[in-house]
Amino acid sequence: MNNDVAVSMQNITKAFGTKVVANDDVSLDVKKGEILALLGENGSGKTTLMNMLSGIYHPDSGKIFVNSQEAVIRSPKDAYDLGIGMIHQHFKLVDIFTATENIALGMKKDVSGSNKEIAKGIKDICDRYGFDVDPNQKVYNMSVSQKQTLEIVKTLYRGANILILDEPTAVLTPQETEKLFSVLINMKKDGKSIIIITHKLNEVLAISDRVSILRKGKYICTIDTKEATVMSLTEAMVGQKVELNIERNNVKNKEERLIIEHLTCLNKYGTKALDDVTFTAYGGEILGIAGISGSGQKELLESISGLHPAEEGSSVIYVKPETKEKTQLIGKTVKQIRDLGVAMSFVPEDRLGMGLVATMGMADNMMLKSYKDNRFMFTSRRDSRKLAEKKKEELEVVTPSIYTAVKKLSGGNVQKVLVGREISSDPNLFLAAYAVRGLDINTSYTIYNLLNERKENGCAVIYVGEDLDVLLALCDRIIVLCAGKLNGIVDARTATKEEIGMMMTHLNEEGEEDGNS
Amino acid sequence: MATVEYNKKEAFVRASLRDSIPRYKALLIRLCAVVISLIICAFLIYSITKINPLKVYQAMFEGAFGSVRRSWITVRDTMMLLCIAVGLAPAFKMKFWNTGAEGQILVGGITTAACMIYLKSLPTWLLFICMIVSSCVAGALWGLLPAFFKAKWNTNEILFTLMMNYVAIQLTSFFVALWENPYGSNTVGVINQTGHEGWLGYMFGDNMLFGQEYSLNVIIVMTLTVLMFVYLKYSKHGYEIAVIGDSQNTARYSGISVNKVIIRTMLISGAVCGLSGFLAVSGASHTISTSTAGGRGFTAIIVAWLAKFNTFTMIAISVLIVFLEKGAVEIASQYNLNDYVSSMITGIILFFILGSEFFIRYKLIFRKRNKEVQ
Repeated sequence: MNNDVAVSMQNITKAFGTKVVANDDVSLDVKKGEILALLGENGSGKTTLMNMLSGIYHPDSGKIFVNSQEAVIRSPKDAYDLGIGMIHQHFKLVDIFTATENIALGMKKDVSGSNKEIAKGIKDICDRYGFDVDPNQKVYNMSVSQKQTLEIVKTLYRGANILILDEPTAVLTPQETEKLFSVLINMKKDGKSIIIITHKLNEVLAISDRVSILRKGKYICTIDTKEATVMSLTEAMVGQKVELNIERNNVKNKEERLIIEHLTCLNKYGTKALDDVTFTAYGGEILGIAGISGSGQKELLESISGLHPAEEGSSVIYVKPETKEKTQLIGKTVKQIRDLGVAMSFVPEDRLGMGLVATMGMADNMMLKSYKDNRFMFTSRRDSRKLAEKKKEELEVVTPSIYTAVKKLSGGNVQKVLVGREISSDPNLFLAAYAVRGLDINTSYTIYNLLNERKENGCAVIYVGEDLDVLLALCDRIIVLCAGKLNGIVDARTATKEEIGMMMTHLNEEGEEDGNS
Repeated sequence: MATVEYNKKEAFVRASLRDSIPRYKALLIRLCAVVISLIICAFLIYSITKINPLKVYQAMFEGAFGSVRRSWITVRDTMMLLCIAVGLAPAFKMKFWNTGAEGQILVGGITTAACMIYLKSLPTWLLFICMIVSSCVAGALWGLLPAFFKAKWNTNEILFTLMMNYVAIQLTSFFVALWENPYGSNTVGVINQTGHEGWLGYMFGDNMLFGQEYSLNVIIVMTLTVLMFVYLKYSKHGYEIAVIGDSQNTARYSGISVNKVIIRTMLISGAVCGLSGFLAVSGASHTISTSTAGGRGFTAIIVAWLAKFNTFTMIAISVLIVFLEKGAVEIASQYNLNDYVSSMITGIILFFILGSEFFIRYKLIFRKRNKEVQ
């Protein structure tokens, strides 16, 4: 075996349950002293693969070699012993501890030494690579970027030679990203191997030596970054167009239903999740929303439905189909919006944690939005029971009874219950987030048919999706979000996957200038 | 280089979540738990005291139901415990951990005692209305404060309600000192001993309802139990409580005003616990002291949990716990045993009942013998 290979993963397969194969026969080499970018769409298995390297998962089959020796990594501790450290997207730090205490945590006493020694060790590492860490600062006083730096220092302090960073730039500002990259280059010069998980093409081109691409759990190829272009990477990432047999009728009786202007909202860190988004959704069409996860899709749907506050100047106007009466939705609660007679349905991404009551059966879940309709102080169980029985039959929901807690149903059946309820109120504005995620082909088609049925009824459907093939086959127009900004609207009948893939990963120049001014 | 052995051996026994369990089976598991705990207690009793365990159990039964008088005391205490547990039910179903029942009982008791002392000249019906309303309001206010802070600033309700208990205890000490009778006794003594004004059992004069002092306690608490059951299971409020208890996100999504429901539910929970304070003072001890609640606010948490917040199941659990308490006190005095022995028995039995919940939720899968591997 080649001596300058730090880690070699060979024929790794990992499945969750019987249906989901996260990694299918993936092989990957990381050389000493290089930065390898691991590129792929959401759900392509990047993080799962790396979790097997860092001891969080164990592969079903396949071998891992570290420094040319076969290694079995059963826990993060084993990984550390082999010199592998991973910096996760969600930091694993204790808020009320200082930087030093966090580094000492979990280390054996004879290794960790006194706090002074650790502080000195931290300083050495910082000087060597150009980090900026105050050993006595408490974690809760740190910014996101400082926390990430601390995570990296912690990993280095524990002697890691192979560092895995899971989407490290997702939480950083451009300046912070630059700083991180310069540190990574210093570490590379020092002979460390770095794997960086990302789906931002410009970053791949900026920092990596080689790039390996995964698609739907399969290994596609590894390219020398010097020879790669945005175009070639996009093609490898999204793959050939797959023809899906989803029926799509032409848009009839197109009429304005939802007029969104300058919609801006903040995430919990106070940065802009959505930045000045303007578009109109029409009745009788399916409008797709494409974008890398976390580009503002969730905030978009939640601010339309009254769950997420919007900044001043935002406007979301609903046009009632019968009277053409216009209603401003911003600043109203879910209940106020419903009381105004806005026939909106919303299938959220988190089915059991938001769309349904996990511990209740189908029957009780059916009245989640209508339990108040009954007169007096009691709920009407008869109506919800009838509706549950009807939906169970119509959508072929597999459940022992309509009283079985929905969390015990399979993912597809859970989604049928949720979509079934949302459609039963006969909406004329239908929002759906990742409606077919994790569902098998048949159930997915059931959902597509239901959405098409809505479209035929003159309903405006907004469909947030992640599978570009589905978006292109199902939708009439597609909006592409990139980093919270609207990066373009395309006609789904003529657009190509590459075109959308580029727009997802590359903010167009105009937009970038807007952002900086 | 560290090389790690890969352990291929399957664990000897592992637990896996059950999909569902028939009701009779669950009941059988619980029954087994009680029987096993009684057997273990029997061994323990015999090894320590050399007394025939069956006789000890007989003494326990006598302690709780040995005479008409004793039976009614058992009933009275059961009702008290049940009332508190019923009060906790809505809060707990909402996953609002109200550990402040002790305090809510005490403030309810204080206002009841105050009415008995200062308003005894009022007509009986008016006096009772004053007592009931004031105890409910006091308990509700004691529950409102932590709920308000939780809704507004997301404070931790467990600590907040717990600390409110200590405030209530201090408040009770203050009133005990204020109402001290006779002077220097450091107790309030029995209030209105001669005229029985404000005594629940004497509400209709000396002709007690059904000839029993505590029949009104039973009627009030049983009514509350039924009402609470219906409220939680069939009302719109009950539905909102259940949704919030499952997921606040789902509640927000469906348009429920989470903060409003939290505050409303804690008002109800506190009011019922305050009413328990009324029962304790007007319906049982006719006095007030810092031990009026006597830890029952915490015991009721066990009752509420074991009953899975079903108020009808709470009746059975309350009976069991009060029976154990009474029986344990009896054997302690009858056989000159230390008080701790009775606590031990109660503890062992509760331990087994709680432990049996594990076997109801999980089934054990033992490693299959696999000869080819060996």
